[in-house]
Parts: sequence; structure tokens; C-alpha cells
Amino acid sequence: MKEALKIGLIGGVIEILLSLIGMVEAFAQRQIVSQVISMGHSLLLLTVIFMGYMAAQRGSPDKGVAPFARGLLAGLVTGALVFLLVLIGSVVRLRAVFVNASPALYELLSFKQSLPSAALLLVASGGVAALPAALMFRSPPVFKRVLITALGSVLVAGVLQDLLRPTFAAWGPLAGISTWLFTANGLTLHGAVTLGLAVSLASWFWAFRGEAIRSHVAKLPPSQKKGLRFGSLALFVAVLLVLPQILGLFLSEVLTIVGLYVLLGLGLNIVVGFAGLLDLGYVAFFAIGAYVTALLTSPELGFFSFTFWEALPVAIAAGVIAGVLLGIPVLKMRGDYLAITTLGFGEIIRILVLSDFLRPWLGGAQGIGKIAHATIGRIEFVSPQQIYYLILAGCLLVVFISVRLRDSRLGRAWKAIREDEDVAQAMGINLVVTKLLAFATGAGFSALSGAIFASKLGSVYPHSFNVMISINILCVIIVGGMGSIPGAIVGSMALVGLPELLREFAEYRLFVYGAALVAMMLLRPEGLWPEAVRRRELREEVAEEGQPDLENPSSGS
Amino acid sequence: MPQRWRERITPTDVIMWFIGAAIIGLILVGSTATLTRGPYTARHWFDFIIFGLAQGSIYALIAMGYTMVYGTLRMINFAHSEVFMAGPYTAYFVAAALYRSGFLDASPAVSMIAVLFVSMGTSTLVAVLLERIAYRPLRMAPRLVPLITAIGASFFLQYTFRGLYGSGFQAYPVVKALEGQWNLAGVRLLKFQLVVILSAAILMAVLYAFVQRTRVGKAIRAVSEDKEASALMGIDIDRMIVTTFVIGGMAAGAAGVLYALMFKQVHFFMGFIPGIKAFTAAVLGGIGNIPGAMLGGIFLGLIESIGPSLFLDGLGIVAPYQLKDAIAFTVLVLVLIFRPTGILGERLAVKKA
Repeated sequence: MKEALKIGLIGGVIEILLSLIGMVEAFAQRQIVSQVISMGHSLLLLTVIFMGYMAAQRGSPDKGVAPFARGLLAGLVTGALVFLLVLIGSVVRLRAVFVNASPALYELLSFKQSLPSAALLLVASGGVAALPAALMFRSPPVFKRVLITALGSVLVAGVLQDLLRPTFAAWGPLAGISTWLFTANGLTLHGAVTLGLAVSLASWFWAFRGEAIRSHVAKLPPSQKKGLRFGSLALFVAVLLVLPQILGLFLSEVLTIVGLYVLLGLGLNIVVGFAGLLDLGYVAFFAIGAYVTALLTSPELGFFSFTFWEALPVAIAAGVIAGVLLGIPVLKMRGDYLAITTLGFGEIIRILVLSDFLRPWLGGAQGIGKIAHATIGRIEFVSPQQIYYLILAGCLLVVFISVRLRDSRLGRAWKAIREDEDVAQAMGINLVVTKLLAFATGAGFSALSGAIFASKLGSVYPHSFNVMISINILCVIIVGGMGSIPGAIVGSMALVGLPELLREFAEYRLFVYGAALVAMMLLRPEGLWPEAVRRRELREEVAEEGQPDLENPSSGS
Repeated sequence: MPQRWRERITPTDVIMWFIGAAIIGLILVGSTATLTRGPYTARHWFDFIIFGLAQGSIYALIAMGYTMVYGTLRMINFAHSEVFMAGPYTAYFVAAALYRSGFLDASPAVSMIAVLFVSMGTSTLVAVLLERIAYRPLRMAPRLVPLITAIGASFFLQYTFRGLYGSGFQAYPVVKALEGQWNLAGVRLLKFQLVVILSAAILMAVLYAFVQRTRVGKAIRAVSEDKEASALMGIDIDRMIVTTFVIGGMAAGAAGVLYALMFKQVHFFMGFIPGIKAFTAAVLGGIGNIPGAMLGGIFLGLIESIGPSLFLDGLGIVAPYQLKDAIAFTVLVLVLIFRPTGILGERLAVKKA
């Protein structure tokens, strides 16, 4: 019970924090289910449910009504704490200190009720929300999974409505579904219920039949399996090729940004994920790629007038050389010292570019404009829908190189260094060459991304290359899963694509990044889409009961 | 002997020496050029030194937190810069309220002490929560994990405070009693700079005495020497680690108020640069070494304040003051490359890093 009280208090503090930093109010703009629940309220609700589940889980008697009592208590305490905020807010003018403690926030929190009824409502809803969580804890795993998938997909559909609605609307027959499912803001009630039911049926089906289908596929003869794999790959590439036409201008723009981060992420993945060298100054190579392209193609400075395609190899070469040059001094460093030194390098380069001293060559704070766009024949890559193809080509190339490197002798040498430098050296791996190759390859990918970035924007500024970018990229590969190639892609979509889609979210992006990094390290250090080897390793370290690794044991080693 | 030497020298060593020599050469050429051409008078240099001392003593106070946590946990508490930011940003509201009520001008000493306490309290609270929530569960994790957690926590804290207090710059109220100058034996000194230097010196002396002379201080030093052995001696390791965070938080909170006195404004991002520099200072003095952190902080403050004019002006570089952060980072990189143990460091870095 004491534990439940503590969890409830933590939940309450989290909710108060979320309210006071303005997240609840900002998210309340977006309705998940129209007229029923907004994203802000869902945020609060999810916290209560999570805390209720935690409370039900903790504690000695697992049977009987004890979990329900614990969940209920946690929920009640959470609700009471939120009411406390409303109460204090109605007496003291909190806004003098906390800028986001606006009247609108209190209205949201108290459901526009007067104080006494708000108290009743808040505490009761806390309890009511926490009870199903406890119920979920007690229910069989299949049911749990179906319920989570169904609720999750309704939530995702609501959150991503701006992505889904125009996409559906563009496809004649699907447009009907779109108008039936969505209102101008949020899902319709019947739409949400139907979607939830459909998804739960599907996941119910998968829960019972999935194993059979998977083993059926596994039993297919190798030639057919190969065909299946190639077929799905071809389908995937085909979808990628037509994607900008389906999605329209805005979403293509988002895709190009995601693509640039995929390039960066895959580059850093080689340095951090494969070779285990934590590089916090990675943005330097991105900047070098962008600035070399700008220097060579922009008429503003007038030193050179290369075309984009002539400048691109030079930019990549410059990135690779810079990677080696900055790699040499840090060869002997490990761990956190390496991280801080590279951070220092990144900052030094940014400060130098920003300074008046190098202004005649690099444009100083004003940056460089009029950078050449890429052209093939008559086609000029200007709009996001066109640049998308440039980036897609870059991504496919880089994914291909990454996959080949991962399975090569060099890739294994990198991983050996990551696991234990001394042992790797004792096994005959040349540390100097191997590490420098990691830095150089990563820097090359980053410079490629930088070059495309420069030609996409048409101008470069030193402010685009601050340490935040390095941190963002690091987050991308850590959330995706260190050393995992699909992880870098999933990570960019989740951390770069999602915030672009959620305008309200933009202000809280780094807040969520930080929380995600901490939560990831505490709860799931292997990332969303981990590399097989790494997952096994980390799981062993946490000393969990080892599950046999059924899914493709060949990959990643 | 010579043969063995030749075997040990690798091409990378040669490149490193070359870089080192080039930098030393640049510094020498720049300094002599500046000094012979003499655009600066003794008066200027004196002002630079005092400013450097004031700034350096703030770095030194923040560096205490880095160095003590590194000593006990062997991790870089990357979020310490946010511990530093949290204090003065919260205390700003107290200072502003005191200023509005006129109490700040009526009794500046009492008000400043109140502000100082609020700042130290908040920073300590943040530091302790940080340890409890983010670091304690990861004590046994692989080395990169706590560092990444710390980076995450740093951003989380920055944007939490941005959300709570807003994203603008807040101007700290001016303390009238600290405006103006004092004349000491014919030398003019800005009052607030002197106050910053003196209070930082007192705080550092107290903290140093605490760590060196008290039982708890002894226990902390024991934990940073050897955790298992000190646990066997009956020292509560968790409590000692929390204590280091408390001391670090208090020092950072005090440094924050001094920083606000000097630069007169607070912002949610204000911790990043001083944090990195204080870390540099800690490394410079030898991380894990408390007097080293103090020395390193003051040294870095001086280099940063004198360096741009002394080294760069002579080389004909335009607006050298813009490059002062670059100088600090260069110092960091050079120290990490050439002498990772720092000025006073034991061979900690080699052993563990």
C-alpha cells in the first residue's frame, strides 16, 4: 500500500509537471476522438493508467483484490495531486513564476467545473482510470496485448491524423473512409470504436494464428523464401518511389528531413553503433559537407563555380579527410573523454565558422546563399518532391554500404573494438586503421548529407550546425537501437518525422528527446529495433531469463 | 635504448607532436607580436586578469561538482550544467520579488543571502533527484549508458525549466550596493567582481575543509578510492554518493548566483557553455581531484580572458574576443590529448577511462 501511495505521488508530480510546462494545454488543441478526448487529456490519462498498472504490479499479494486496491489508491492520489494544483492555482497567481499556469490550463484540468465538483471529478476519474489498468494487469497476456494494440492504434490514428487524412483523401475510394473516420479535428466516435474493434480483431487473429503463419513461411523452400523476400523488397522500393506523389508537398518535405537524418544516423551508427566510439561532434562533418558545397558552388563568394555534381565528391572527400584528421588526435581516448573531445571539436568548428575572422571565406554569421541545386539533364532538384529522390538515392546507397560493411571483415573488426579494445588489438586488429576508417566512413556519410542539405536549402548558416544536431542524431540511433541499420531509419522517423508532423509538439521536442533518452537507457537500453547481438548481450547483462532468439539469428553477427 | 624508442614512436605520435609544436609556436608568435606592438596597457591586462579571476572562480565552483561525482561514480555528470542553471533561474523570481518590494536595496546583504539559499537549495534538489532517478539504477551498467542518460537528463531539465519559466532571457535585478568601484591602494576594482572572487574563495575554502577535515568528507574520499573496500569498512556508499551530489549542487547553485551577479541575466540554456567550461576546468586540474578543479577553473578563466587578446591579436585576427570559447575548447582538447591526467591529476584517467 505504501508502494502504491508512492507511485500515486510520483504520478501526480509527473502530471503537475506536464501541466506546468504547458504540454497539456498545447496538446489539448488536437482532438484524438472529436468532442470526446483531446491529446492533452490522453496524456494525463495515459500517465494515470501507467501508474495504476505499476501500482498493481508492485507489492506482495498478487491475487485477490489487492492489485485493484493498489491501482485505485495510486489513481486517487494522482487525481488528488492534480486537484491540489488546481486548488493552489485558484488561490495563488502561479503565473507570475510559471508562465504556462494559465486560466485555460485550469479549465482543462478541472473540466470547466467549479472547485468542489472538480475535486470530486478529478479524484474519481483518477481512480476510475487506474482501475482498468489493474484489471489489465490481472487479465491474461493475450487479452492484454490485444487491448494495448487496439487502444494504441486509435491513439496513433488520432495523433497522426494530419498524415492519414490527406493521404486517404488523395485516393478516390479511400476518401470515403477518410471522411467517415475523421472530422476536421480528431477521429469520429464511431470511427474510433470501429477502428479499435477492427484492430483488436486483427491482433486477436494474429495472436492465435500468427505463430502458424510464421512457421509456415519458415518451412517454405529456400528458393520460395528468397522470392518472398525479394518480392517484399521490390514492393517496398516501389512504395518509396511513388511516396512523394501520394503524400503531397508538406509531407514530402517532412520525408526529406527524415531522409537527411537517416543519412546522418547511418553515418553515426558506424562510428557509435559499430565501432563504439561516442562522437558528440558529429555535426562538424555535416557542416563541412554543407560548407564545402556552398563554397564550391555559390557565386556569392565567387571562388569557384562548380555544379552540384562536381562539388559533391569534393565535399565527401573533405568530410572523409576531416574525419581522419579529427580522428588521429582521439585515437587513444575512450568513453567519456572521447565524447567530450569530439564535442569540443564540433564547437570549435562552429565558432570558427561563425567568427568574423574567417568571414571573407566562410560568410560569418550571414552564411552563404545561392547554392547550386542538383540537376540531371533538364531536371532541377528544387521542390521537396524532387529532392526526395536525391535523398532516397543517397539513403539507398548508404544503407547498401552499411549493410555490406556490417557483414564484412572490417565491420566485425569494428564490433570487436566496441566490445573490448585491448582484446581486439591482441587478436591482431590494427586499432589505428580500423578506428580511422570508422571515423572516415561516418564522416563521409555525414558530408553527403550536408551537401544535399546545402543544395536543398540553397543557403547555409553556422546556426544550423550546433551541438543540438549531434545530440539529435545520437538520440536517433540510440532510440532506434545502436548498431542497427533499420533502427537508424525507425529512429529518424520517430524522432524527426513525428515532431515535424505534430506542430504543437515542436516546442517540447527536446524535452521529449531527453526523457526518451533517459527512459530508453533505464528501460530498454537496446533500442526500438535492436541489433540481434546487442539485444542478447544487454539482456544477459540485465540477467533476465534468456529467451531463445528465434528471429533471424543470422543477422547482425 | 634509442632503438626501443624508435619502435615505440608511431606516425600518429609524430603528427600529434607536430600539431602540439605548431600550437605552441602560434601562441608564442602571437603573444610576442601583441606585446611588442602593445595595443594594450598594463591597465587593460589588469582588468583582464581580474575579470578572468572572477569568471574562473565561478568555473571552479561548478567544476567541484563534476570532479566529485567523477571521483565517486566514475562518470561525467553531463547534466551538472543544468543543476547550475536551475538554481539562479529559480532564485531569479525571489530576487525580482525582493527588488519590487524594495527590500533588495534596503538590505542588500540579507536579500543576497536569501537569493543564494534559494539558488543553492534548488540546485541541490535537482542534483539529488537526478542521482536518484537517472543515475542510481544504472550504477552497474556499461560505461556509455550513464553518459547517454546524463545527456538525456540534461536536455530534459533544460526544457523542463524552459516550459516552467518561459524561454526568454530574464534580467536579474541590479544590486545597487555592488555597483561602482573600490579603490585599493590606487587600483580600481569593480565591486561586484571582487565580491564574486571573495565569496567564491570562501565557499571553496569551506567545501575543501569539509571534504578534507570532516568524517563525512573522509568517507567520500574513501568511496572514491575504492567502493567495495569502503563498503566493507561500514561506509554507506549510497549516502556518500548522494552527499557528493548535494555538495556539487550547493556549489553549483552558489556559482549560479555569482554568475547572475556578473552577467545580470538568466536563461534556460545558460548552463551549457559554463558547464562545458567547468568540465574543462575539472579535466585541466585532473578530474577527481578537488584542489585541481579549483586551480583548473581559475586557470581556464584567466586563459579565456587574457588569451584572445594575447595570443590572437598579434596574429592579426579580427575580433579575437569572438573566439574566446574556441580557445577554451582548444584548451580542453589539448589537455585531453596531451595530458589527460590534468595538472594535479593522479593517473585516474589511464586507469579507468
